[in-house]
Amino acid sequence: MELFNLGIRSIFIDNMVFAYFLGMCSFLAVSKKVSTALGLGAAVIFVLSITVPLNWFLNEFVLKEGALAFLGENFATVDLSFLRFIMFIAVIAAMVQLVEMIVEKFAPALYGALGIFLPLIAVNCAILGGSLFMAQRDYTLAESAVYGFGSGTGFFLAIVALAAIREKLKYSNVPNGLKGLGITMLITGLMGIAFMSFMGIDL
Amino acid sequence: MSTETAEKKEEIKKDAEALLSKRRKKLISDPLVDDNPITIQVLGICSALAVTTQMQPTLVMALSVIFVMVMANLTISLLRDKIPTRVRIIVQLAVIATLVTLVNEVLKAFAFDMYKELSVFVGLIITNCIVMGRLEAFALGNKPYDSVLDGFGSALGYSWIILAVAFFRELWGSGSLFGVPIFDAVSGIFGEDFQLATNGLMVTPVGAFIILGLIIWVQRTKTGYVEH
Repeated sequence: MELFNLGIRSIFIDNMVFAYFLGMCSFLAVSKKVSTALGLGAAVIFVLSITVPLNWFLNEFVLKEGALAFLGENFATVDLSFLRFIMFIAVIAAMVQLVEMIVEKFAPALYGALGIFLPLIAVNCAILGGSLFMAQRDYTLAESAVYGFGSGTGFFLAIVALAAIREKLKYSNVPNGLKGLGITMLITGLMGIAFMSFMGIDL
Repeated sequence: MSTETAEKKEEIKKDAEALLSKRRKKLISDPLVDDNPITIQVLGICSALAVTTQMQPTLVMALSVIFVMVMANLTISLLRDKIPTRVRIIVQLAVIATLVTLVNEVLKAFAFDMYKELSVFVGLIITNCIVMGRLEAFALGNKPYDSVLDGFGSALGYSWIILAVAFFRELWGSGSLFGVPIFDAVSGIFGEDFQLATNGLMVTPVGAFIILGLIIWVQRTKTGYVEH
């Protein structure tokens, strides 16, 4: 039940986009069409669900203070947590590359659909943010798996919803200076207000 | 990013160029308004919004980004002939991550409260697209000094936007600036009946989106830039 609550919380209440502004770059850049937004969203769910648990192992058995204790007495006090950034980003970049190759080999159709989005994901702040939040909040393995999937789903929902609105928006008469990014930011703000209503839910 | 590379590639400069020639001044001044990384190029929005509830953390964030960008641009530019194109993304990420780790450790040592407040967002400078974008588009093809100027200009362009957002969010959301209560002071001058109300929405993420949207509107109306 705890895990279920965490999942719901990471999808709606602590939504990556609306509560933490993570992944905004791709959120704004790839939300012009629903079909591409679906592709990117799916790729983000996929990569987040893999990298967060993977980085959990890394954090738990290598980086955390005292994590190297299993190597022997001398290592019991070693604290490598300052290497967190560089290790996490390396794992993410490597995983994205690996996932790209696997998908290309075994599911060419999916690869065609995700296409350019997969490599782009390596520099999506939502992915690194997910891992850093996991480390900061001391999640267990099960929790980090749920958290990875949940926050990916939150991003997916947000980007698909925004893309749907922007598709309709093409036919509206927007003031010149507000076209594109400006109006998108305002819409995101309004969507954020809608998502704020989830904050009242106490899980 | 790669499509930008061709356009942005500047012509090779002559040997004896003034330390701050016209072209070099442009490297700094262009990203401030006409080619602003946030409002025109739509890069680096993630961290722009997360830390801007108050001026002080925003200033720290801006300084960190300036440091990281200048140093990363310098490093990559010095290494530009040595980096094989295939692995350049990894090399760039490694350089950026190292610099960000430095910033993070310094903050942890000398400004622990700030470190707690910024939490993961210092780390997220790594994935700030401005840094990667400038490395890809400029530092890989230009001399070190020019790259430093370019990095400095872009970081400044980023900094003034986030400071502007933070100014409005802190003033309207908490009624203060840099932690100094402005609204209380105002009602002190005009008497107790004159109370300025703060808007709680400004402190939430929603305020950031709307303020930034409006800043973009004003800025683009001024420069006449229209997105199609």
